[in-house]
Amino acid sequence: MFRRRPAEPLERATVPWLLASAVATTAPHVEHQPHWLMAIAGAMLLLGCWLWFSRRGLPPRWLLSLIVVGGSTAIWFEYRTLFGRDAGVALLILFMALKPLEMRSRRDAMVVVMLGLFLLLTHYFYSQSIPTGLWLIASCTLLTATLIRIFGGAQAPAVIVRHAAILLLQATPFMLILFLLFPRINGPLWGLPQDAHSSRSGLPETIEPGTVSNLVLDGSIAFRARFDETPPATPLLYWRGPVMDEFDGRAWRAIRAGNLPLHTPRVEARGTPLAYEITLESHQQRWLLALDAPLTLPSGAVLTARLQAFSREPVRQRSRFAFTATTDYRFGRDDPPAMIDAMRQLPRQGNPQARALAEGWRQKHASPTAIVAEALQYFRRENFVYTLQPPLLGNAPIDQFLFETRSGFCEHYASAFVFLMRAAGIPARVVAGYQGGEVNPVDGFVVVRQSDAHAWAEVWSAESGWQRVDPTAAIAPSRVEAGIATALPAGEPLPALARIDLDWLRQFRYRWEAINNRWNQWVLGYNPDRQRELLRDLGLGEIDWRGMTALLATLSGVLLLAITIWALWRRPPQDAALRLWLAFCARLARSGLPRHSWEGPQDYAARVARERPALADAVRAAADAYVAARYAAPQPRALEQLAATLKLATRQLH
Amino acid sequence: MPLAAALRTWLFRLRRDESLPIVLGQRRIFILPTATGYLFAVVLVVMLLGAINYTLSLGHALVFLLAGLGLVAMVHTFRNLLGLSISPGRAEPVHAGEIARFPLHLGNTRSDARRALGFSFDANAEVFADVAAMGETRIEVPCQAIQRGRLDPGRLTLTSRYPLGFFRAWSYPFPLFTCLVYPRILMRPLPPPTAVDDAGEARGDAGHEDFAGLRAHTPSDPPRHVAWKSVARSVDAWPLLVKHFAGGGGEELWLDWALLAGEADDETRLSVLTGWVLAAEQAQLAYGLALPGLRLPPATGAAHHDRCLEALALFGNDPDVPPPAR
Repeated sequence: MFRRRPAEPLERATVPWLLASAVATTAPHVEHQPHWLMAIAGAMLLLGCWLWFSRRGLPPRWLLSLIVVGGSTAIWFEYRTLFGRDAGVALLILFMALKPLEMRSRRDAMVVVMLGLFLLLTHYFYSQSIPTGLWLIASCTLLTATLIRIFGGAQAPAVIVRHAAILLLQATPFMLILFLLFPRINGPLWGLPQDAHSSRSGLPETIEPGTVSNLVLDGSIAFRARFDETPPATPLLYWRGPVMDEFDGRAWRAIRAGNLPLHTPRVEARGTPLAYEITLESHQQRWLLALDAPLTLPSGAVLTARLQAFSREPVRQRSRFAFTATTDYRFGRDDPPAMIDAMRQLPRQGNPQARALAEGWRQKHASPTAIVAEALQYFRRENFVYTLQPPLLGNAPIDQFLFETRSGFCEHYASAFVFLMRAAGIPARVVAGYQGGEVNPVDGFVVVRQSDAHAWAEVWSAESGWQRVDPTAAIAPSRVEAGIATALPAGEPLPALARIDLDWLRQFRYRWEAINNRWNQWVLGYNPDRQRELLRDLGLGEIDWRGMTALLATLSGVLLLAITIWALWRRPPQDAALRLWLAFCARLARSGLPRHSWEGPQDYAARVARERPALADAVRAAADAYVAARYAAPQPRALEQLAATLKLATRQLH
Repeated sequence: MPLAAALRTWLFRLRRDESLPIVLGQRRIFILPTATGYLFAVVLVVMLLGAINYTLSLGHALVFLLAGLGLVAMVHTFRNLLGLSISPGRAEPVHAGEIARFPLHLGNTRSDARRALGFSFDANAEVFADVAAMGETRIEVPCQAIQRGRLDPGRLTLTSRYPLGFFRAWSYPFPLFTCLVYPRILMRPLPPPTAVDDAGEARGDAGHEDFAGLRAHTPSDPPRHVAWKSVARSVDAWPLLVKHFAGGGGEELWLDWALLAGEADDETRLSVLTGWVLAAEQAQLAYGLALPGLRLPPATGAAHHDRCLEALALFGNDPDVPPPAR
């Protein structure tokens, strides 16, 4: 039935399409791949264009093999592997750039198209945003158009692209059905290579001068929260991240979990519980940034001894977590003494001035509460400055900060405050997280950005347990009340986009972020849970993967059948002129002059003229116009003329 | 084997199409994925595994869009053939060893163009045609003519991989096609004319008075008699022609089977006769053709030429002409 075909030569005019496909599918990788690779790829593609344009022969195969071996070696040196995600993408780019230099047959062209499809998928490793989606739709159209050009011969490029777009539009219903109903599996299917999730941003695991302020310049979104009711006031929004309770003289870090007693703090709720859901961007850490203090946790999360909500696995992709919390609470009164003891520890040496200051406070006040108040008063009184650009600190950072530079960012204040408290004998620790957030009026989500990153302190007393103390609020109260932008003095580097005053721009940003959020929630975050939820909402009840597959197959079948029927449906081969004429004859028949089936237009007109002389001219004109439109040599406007004449004649029938 | 053949005949409707034009219905269009289509499917599966493994929601969407594209392409490939009307035309006769070209008129009553329709006869080169929306086009499908006689090229194979090349739709239109194939041409000098019996005179080639036409050159002809003008008109005219003067006696040029008794076989004889017919026609001589059981009296003109060649083409295998007695 099939005979083996010889390799079909490639039409010269298809090469620009293939080159364009190669460029479209590789270009966005400029952002993520080493520049030398993209330079080589660009050079190869340019060479391909030039060889095509100047009608030169393709380079010899040994040269291409040499480049492949050289390029692969270089990629190995870059990534130390050829199989990881990034290295794999790099290899694909190399092949894609070289393939146009050995395009001889149609089979080579197919390799380019298939490589292109693969490369399309690889873009999603790095970004699944709406612009990426749009770019990929355009690239996909280009690849389809390339196939149409190869298999359909020469046509105007606009016609080919339009045809490709139509095919993709017709494919869209299938995509929707499959997207919604294809039984989703939570990946990964096999172990992910180490570089699968390389992008890591978010809160640091240690706090030292500069760690938070670096983050503040990043305007990207850390997470979004949707409250079932009105969100609490901004000064109450403290989202807890890593808690640091060990100081090494410069940096604060968390004591290893094994060195703390196993314990779950008890939260005494005094306010109403608030239900909310967090959509957390991937940050490669286990902390979930729950609002203080959490009452219930999502399944799969645990509460640590430091009141942090932790997931079992690092958050490797955007995920949703549902919590309830209350902002009026008490916790940690029954924390084990060994743990409280650890929160008083300081290094033996260092920062003597600060120790002396704290010792003075301890002798002056009997109650811890008074010491805390004294410390905050100290910050307020002594002209401390809140700034993103503090001077660098040397070997005794706390002393230097408290008595020399007196300018710093939240991590300076939190760290100095906790140091003073511990020196005064009060259990205290540094908490990092986010503070505040911005309600997007378009969709009502509270948007928390990296620039909302914050560090504060907690002190412990037997009566009230752990209590939050935010020394930054003492120096720059507006930081807590209205956000970072208002708290910083003018002239500081702008935390990206935080200080937008232009109202329309702010509105636009709200809208854009609301669209993005919806995209994230429903398109990117469409996982097995969402799928189950959606099917339940559609009234399909709980259906398992078998049911879904059956539904999927049925719907796809119906759709395919509909498209097939559309394709098979054949209009009767009746031309427009005949249709118009028959309608006119029917109209005449109703006024008592039916056309006999054997009568031609001219005979019929002659008979009508005999029987109704009044209509003679109109009917003759109609018959002439019909004959001209149907039988004469094709003329550009014959059909319109016929329609006009018939309309005129019909009017005379009344 | 006969069962398989019968099955094939039934499945692929390998029967002559009686009514014309042939309009392709869905029952006689077949479709299967191509190698490219299978490759595409494999690529999609791998992409889907990647999308699942890395939890790429848009990756899922891309794979599903492409899967939909594959299904849509299948319908479109099928539709490219569906409803196409094919009317065979008359094929011009050729000589054995040449390529016969069978004309087809393709009609499209749909408001979309049909593109890249490939037509071929078994083992012959494929030719491609596009038919514009509501348009018609003509295409000539080649078929190697090996033997003289009536060439039946068998069924046509019509294939299309348009638009994306993932599927190959094909059909076997089987119109009544025929092309007359003349024997191969062997060029030999024309035989000398023969005297006409009933004129009652001697052989007339001795005459020098009346110009009586042209004939092929023989070594004994004086150079004065070579028809240089005729030679100049068609450079590749061969053999050389000489003016033939009749001395008043009637004589006729008979291209006679019997003159070639020394040839190896019948086909060679037919080929030589064919060459003679062409040479005589070129020289505008009146000639007659004598075959066993058939005598076409001397005449000139295209109709005579065609009749002679047809007789040669069908010699021995046409029921109208009895085979030569050997």
